[in-house]
Amino acid sequence: MLRQTWWKILCVLLLAYTVIAGFLGTVPAKPIVNETIRNLYFHVAMWMAMMVFLSVSVVYAILYLRKPSHVYDIYSLEYAKVGIVFGTLGIITGSEWAGFTWGAFWSNDPKQLGAVIAMLIYYAYLVFRNGIPDIDKRARLGAVYNIFAFAMLFPTIWILPRMVESLHPGGMGGNPAFNDLDPRMALVWVAGAIPGWTLLGIWIATLRIRLALVEEKKYSNRP
Amino acid sequence: MNILNLLKKDLLLEVRQQYTFYGILLYVTATIFVLYLSMGQPEGPVWKGLFWMIQLFICVNAVAKSFLQEGRGRLLYFYSIAGARDFILAKLVFNALLMILMSGVSLVLFLFMLGDPMGHEGYFVLITCLGGVSLSLVFTFLSALAARAQQGAALMAILGFPLVIPQLMLLNRISTIAFEDVLQGGLGWMLGIMAGLDVLLVVLAIILFPFLWKD
Repeated sequence: MLRQTWWKILCVLLLAYTVIAGFLGTVPAKPIVNETIRNLYFHVAMWMAMMVFLSVSVVYAILYLRKPSHVYDIYSLEYAKVGIVFGTLGIITGSEWAGFTWGAFWSNDPKQLGAVIAMLIYYAYLVFRNGIPDIDKRARLGAVYNIFAFAMLFPTIWILPRMVESLHPGGMGGNPAFNDLDPRMALVWVAGAIPGWTLLGIWIATLRIRLALVEEKKYSNRP
Repeated sequence: MNILNLLKKDLLLEVRQQYTFYGILLYVTATIFVLYLSMGQPEGPVWKGLFWMIQLFICVNAVAKSFLQEGRGRLLYFYSIAGARDFILAKLVFNALLMILMSGVSLVLFLFMLGDPMGHEGYFVLITCLGGVSLSLVFTFLSALAARAQQGAALMAILGFPLVIPQLMLLNRISTIAFEDVLQGGLGWMLGIMAGLDVLLVVLAIILFPFLWKD
């Protein structure tokens, strides 16, 4: 999987499709949202990709605790980093969207707050890891914190915002979700944007993992 | 049985040294007095916000030393006689009790100095206990992490503050129960989520602590 090229080509094609169809395709003219609905291909898809990466990261953290191997730790760390990058991009694109539809780039919406908290928790993960000099201990404590953080992340972005009034779809009394999503948009979103961004993240992560593996080989005494 | 013995040991140590108790008591009193001097007697929402922030800092200070005070040799000794799960459970229970006590003290001081903007004090006492226990669960686990990383309480604060924001937000919302006669929906649910989160934290601590322990 790491060294095969077909999914990288697929990733480029899907993202090209997302960008071209996303900016040129027809969208329904809904009140308030209007053309900004195109952000669905970027903002929402990036959040979904982030959840995938953070989930992969926590799976590797569990694997590390079951069988300590540095390869698992490298996987876990790099997927968490990519997840953080996508989460940060998700906040930026979301804030931009909010600026043109809700009237302010930041309005302390519960989901915005949840997103920031989630990012802070994961920034703390990186800070925490950097503070531990011993490699084995860093990997083990990092894995433990990763699992703990994921368990706190879940209520923060999936449960809490749904229980209070939110401008986001899905909250109580907020705007309606995209239940009536236009089928042409759904095609671009489901077939293009979500897998496209996810594959891009996996690509970035695998490149970094390979680099980290090479570096580890260079510094270890093993032949 | 081991849990009870370990708990008894922590309680005995606390009663004999009385370091944490009076230290935190002084901390609580001084902080709330400073608040009183600078804020006077604030309105309900401000009162609520201040109360939970003070709880957070009390918790960091009260719970921080629970693992940092145990030396390496002593940890090894406990490991050989009791095992990791009993040890973390005993710590969780002890810190929860300590936090309930400290939250109670700070609630009394708050009512005394910052006034009483509430309508239903009884509910708030229960919410305070729940909040104290929840915060102590998070920080007990983080204290274990920080102790294993051989870092001081500063690391605990760095790791802990982002992690407890959801809890503090929930507690702040739940507290409205005690302040208003007419309640918005969903608060009962939030209470449920809070309790669920606590259970999750205990389970996670029990599962993950053995991995922290072994070296």
